[in-house]
Amino acid sequence: MRFPVKRSENAFICLKNRDGPNENCKMTFVCTNGAKSETVKEGVNMTFISNLINGISLGSVYAIIALGYTMVYGIAKMLNFAHGDVIMVGAYISYCASSYLGFSPVLSVLLAMVVCTVLGVAIEAFAYRPLRRSGSLAVLITAIGVSYLLQNVALLIWGSNPKAFKSLVTFGSISLFDGKLIITAESIVTVIACIIIMVGLSLFTKKSKMGKAMRAVSEDKDAAELMGINVNVTISLTFAIGSALAAIAGVLLCSAYPTLQPTTGSMPGIKAFTAAVFGGIGSIPGAMIGGILLGIIEIFSKSYISTALSDAIVFAVLIVVLLVKPTGLLGKKITEKV
Amino acid sequence: MNKTRKLSKFTLTNIKCYGMIIVAFAVLYPMLKMNMISNKISGLLIPICAYIVMAISLNLTVGFLGELSLGHAGFMSVGAFSGVITVACMQSGLPAPVKLLAAIIIGGIMAGILGLIIGIPVIRLKGDYLAIVTLAFGEIIKNIINCLYIGVDGSGLHFSMKSAEALNLSDGKIILNGPQGAVGVSKIATFFAGVLLILFALFVVLNLVNSKTGRAVTAIRDNRIAAESVGINITKYKLTAFIISAVIAGMAGALYGLNFSTIAAKKFDFNTSILILVFVVLGGMGNIPGTIIATTLLYMLPEMLRQFSDYRMLIYAIVLILVMLATNSPRAKVFANKIVGIFKKNNETDGEGDVSNG
Repeated sequence: MRFPVKRSENAFICLKNRDGPNENCKMTFVCTNGAKSETVKEGVNMTFISNLINGISLGSVYAIIALGYTMVYGIAKMLNFAHGDVIMVGAYISYCASSYLGFSPVLSVLLAMVVCTVLGVAIEAFAYRPLRRSGSLAVLITAIGVSYLLQNVALLIWGSNPKAFKSLVTFGSISLFDGKLIITAESIVTVIACIIIMVGLSLFTKKSKMGKAMRAVSEDKDAAELMGINVNVTISLTFAIGSALAAIAGVLLCSAYPTLQPTTGSMPGIKAFTAAVFGGIGSIPGAMIGGILLGIIEIFSKSYISTALSDAIVFAVLIVVLLVKPTGLLGKKITEKV
Repeated sequence: MNKTRKLSKFTLTNIKCYGMIIVAFAVLYPMLKMNMISNKISGLLIPICAYIVMAISLNLTVGFLGELSLGHAGFMSVGAFSGVITVACMQSGLPAPVKLLAAIIIGGIMAGILGLIIGIPVIRLKGDYLAIVTLAFGEIIKNIINCLYIGVDGSGLHFSMKSAEALNLSDGKIILNGPQGAVGVSKIATFFAGVLLILFALFVVLNLVNSKTGRAVTAIRDNRIAAESVGINITKYKLTAFIISAVIAGMAGALYGLNFSTIAAKKFDFNTSILILVFVVLGGMGNIPGTIIATTLLYMLPEMLRQFSDYRMLIYAIVLILVMLATNSPRAKVFANKIVGIFKKNNETDGEGDVSNG
């Protein structure tokens, strides 16, 4: 098997095709490792891999947030702009639980999830449910109002000074190849959490009764109601799951990028929303793929092109993708009926 | 008969819009000249003018074209910075109104060109996908201007994406200094110019909406397929409306930019786009007089609430949510009808109507 790639990219292929033609990869890798004259190239290799890992890890956080966006969009057909701020609330709750109350990491994450779930359901019941039958712009503006509200409540409670979030991942990082490649524990936990959530959510929507109800409601609310599905409970459940995921994402995000302030959630929120659209909004695997791709593109453009322009590059890629595939990577194409 | 009624509705809207602006100007301008308005309020007048123009412009896209744009601040940003650069390049001897006029025109043209570039891909998309692409363009514009360094000297304009040193200026000055934005802008925007710009924007938009183009645009909004099947060129009309909206936004941006001595690209971020969208939605989509009132009230509200200091944005958020719920939720509408019904009954029966039945 032969790859039409430069040697410095072999490691990438190696990581990508775990179950593919592995031996060739390994051989090249050993070669690179062994040759003394190629230490510089090897360094490039290692930065490449560590960038890739960072990208996947950041992308996993985006994917978890994007799942919340995509589920809510799929079922309620609304852009929930307050989702980014639920992330921030989750991070603050776990911060307080672990630094002031001395909770263990797992317990503080659980507390954050519970608080965010209650918050998400409450927001849906008070702000979005009365507007369910009115235009989508009205709900959008209300969501923005909720977002301002959450940010300002957080500002009043916790102040505007950034808090240094102490990582909740307690075990150390892994160093490979004599310390040339360091994989932080945070990124391992993030990626594993993302995979578990993804698999769990897919199984839930495919197999469980509530999941089936969710899909039915997202297809046709009125028909689902006629079939005896409680639409209100189903939508509440969607918001509950989305918000609980947001809490997890908040903790993971702040473990990797440890500054916490009331506006922490807004930019990752927008990017995750972009990721959801990127993968095709409404599709769960799409959110996952979109999130991870977005994370990788962001980290790579940060380290190889320009830090200041990385956001512009991310959005430019999004535009190109949408122009080629107007409903996102995995989005369904809806044919219009006249 | 029908025609006259239609005409009178058009004139009514016109009278409402122009009248409101002219009366406000007639009241405020003498007060401003006689220093009867506190500095706090007079400092708000020009930004309010700029935001009213922005809201009129966005109302054309969202209200009449029916497409959600989340990146309108991008056009404002381009207009603002082209206006600032224009003024910096002009000879200092010229009178300020000429400079301002040139800045507003150039700002409008630059934003219009950008509107064309963005419009061609964007118009192909629909609904939320269109919204996200406009958002993306807004962020890209913000990011690029954030990295842009522009200087001027004897030989002309110099551009760089790296640093201020890379401009190689011989004896000129730096106009745009990357993330710091434009520093030392001459503040030549006036309230009078702002009012004139609002009148201009009103003139353009109101007449456009009542023209053949405007009717085509609203037809596309109401039913795209039906409009297409009667032979309306969708792309052409959508693009026209989008570009006109961009030009007006660029003009508003130039006015806004020349009102402050320093202006940075991060002022025109996603939140600014959203702010303008809030003005439009609360004022009523496709309702120009409503937009003007909503913009004025909502822009003043946070300033009026300054005495509550930390709580002011909280109050703003709560007011926003409650207004949206009150104006849009079906239950609130039923409730409002009930109240109206009670009053009507009371009037009919001379105040003896029983409330329990209402």
